[in-house]
Amino acid sequence: MTRILIPSGALGLGYDRAALARGVAMQPDLIAIDGGSTDSGPSYLGRGVSKYARSSTKLEWKGLIEAAQAAGCPLAIGTAGTCGADATVDWLVEITRECLGELGVTAKIAVIKSQQDAGVVTEAMADGKVTPLPGAPDIDAGVIESCTHIVALAGAEQMAAAIATGADIIIAGRTTDTATIAALPIARGDHAGAAWHGAKIGECGALCSTDPQSGVIMIEFDAAGFTVHPLADGARATPRTVLAHMLYENSDPYLLHEPGGHLDVTGARYEALDETKVRVEGSEWVPSERYNVKLEGARVAGYQTLIMATLRDPRYVENARAWIDDIRTQHAAKVADRMGLSEGDYTCELRLIGAEATLGDLETQESHAPELGVLCVVTANDQAAANEIAKLMNPYLLHHALTRDEEMPTFAFPFSPAEVDRGAIHGFCLHHVMELNDPMDAFQLEVINA
Amino acid sequence: MPEIREIAEKVRSKNAGPFWLTVDIFCGSDAAFRQIVDGLSTARVAQALGADEAVLKRFDIAALNVIKISLPRPVIQGAPEDRDMHGAAWANLVAELVIN
Repeated sequence: MTRILIPSGALGLGYDRAALARGVAMQPDLIAIDGGSTDSGPSYLGRGVSKYARSSTKLEWKGLIEAAQAAGCPLAIGTAGTCGADATVDWLVEITRECLGELGVTAKIAVIKSQQDAGVVTEAMADGKVTPLPGAPDIDAGVIESCTHIVALAGAEQMAAAIATGADIIIAGRTTDTATIAALPIARGDHAGAAWHGAKIGECGALCSTDPQSGVIMIEFDAAGFTVHPLADGARATPRTVLAHMLYENSDPYLLHEPGGHLDVTGARYEALDETKVRVEGSEWVPSERYNVKLEGARVAGYQTLIMATLRDPRYVENARAWIDDIRTQHAAKVADRMGLSEGDYTCELRLIGAEATLGDLETQESHAPELGVLCVVTANDQAAANEIAKLMNPYLLHHALTRDEEMPTFAFPFSPAEVDRGAIHGFCLHHVMELNDPMDAFQLEVINA
Repeated sequence: MPEIREIAEKVRSKNAGPFWLTVDIFCGSDAAFRQIVDGLSTARVAQALGADEAVLKRFDIAALNVIKISLPRPVIQGAPEDRDMHGAAWANLVAELVIN
């Protein structure tokens, strides 16, 4: 039997301290938490930074270090610092040193780095070891070389290697959401299907319970299955809430691909043990012939400048679409004239907030809002060009009239300067797997005494 | 003719990684599940989401009274033209479909 205590869906989201203390008293074998995902977009991987505030991360991490010391078990985090690039792993190692110093304790830290050298990935691609997943964009060596960061998603093998060092704290770069939880039960000989399935159910903390915000859950793994046990007051797991979590952020509710194989939960049976706990058996782990790890990469996709106005005059609100269509045409002509750029060289979108800014052409509802926001998003090859294109838009958003024979109107600008530099924007460009001969081939494991 | 939103308990959408989108219709009862399964063609979902029907994966999960639809993200997450980083707003397009 292996007990894994999961404080929340991600470090930085907060957790219930009373529930965590309850979990610590149950003598877990590991406290495991996720540090991120791709869900907040490509900028974090592109820049190699965390999305969460350093102050929250440190406060929560310090609490978990104390909890692990009280429980006498290791503490593990996967995808440190949102994206799991080397820089965010180093960032969390630095935070860990500060926490240990303030707590007046020492610890052995195992660090797994997941960042990939573009040259190594290019070589693997040339050797036919890089395969696109469904929905992947076309890539070539140039795309790989242009990535600011590439990470490979570590699985159970790499996490198990880190745990086997006997470290008190394991800080991993990019891992699959589940690997941090699944590694220990698998290494201890618990049921492999149950290990992965329980890990998937537990990866978002109490999201698999009736009280998704409460964070803390315990998953108990054994030779036949796993048991889900939410720990916050009033939180309950039911067969339905547990089963439903297989749907979450997963394109197939029965299958989950991981390094070295896939999980199939088609035959899983869910049973309520009592009011709060659910027992699951019957999930199957299907090993694959090849050992593949998924790659994620991001690169600079342009430079952006925003400019925004709001329309409150009812006539302009009513005719906003015609108004922006007219502006779009005139502005494009002016950009061509002043800058010599044609529409393939940049993009300039005008989104009507209050009408179609969220869904664009797919919107089916009529807007009846008393005002509309006009958000202009300029993307160009460099910041100076993006700024210039936005500045050429400025007079239109401020004064453009629906007809020539009316007095010059003026619209509301919320800011001065009106243009807002967004800097470099990044784009995800890899949705591929890379085959490895040995699971540790693409990963570095280091032990630090701090 | 009711909209799905009036029959189902909840409709949600979310990224399933940067390249996929997944929509879950929680019908809430056997009757609602039957009504939506029978009245909602995959082609209409594809049309509402601006996607090609051939690439949609649909799972009618009777045990949960859930219909799950997954598709390659119409715009890659975070691309300059992406308007919804987490993919959560697409659910409304499905929720507002009228059931035959």
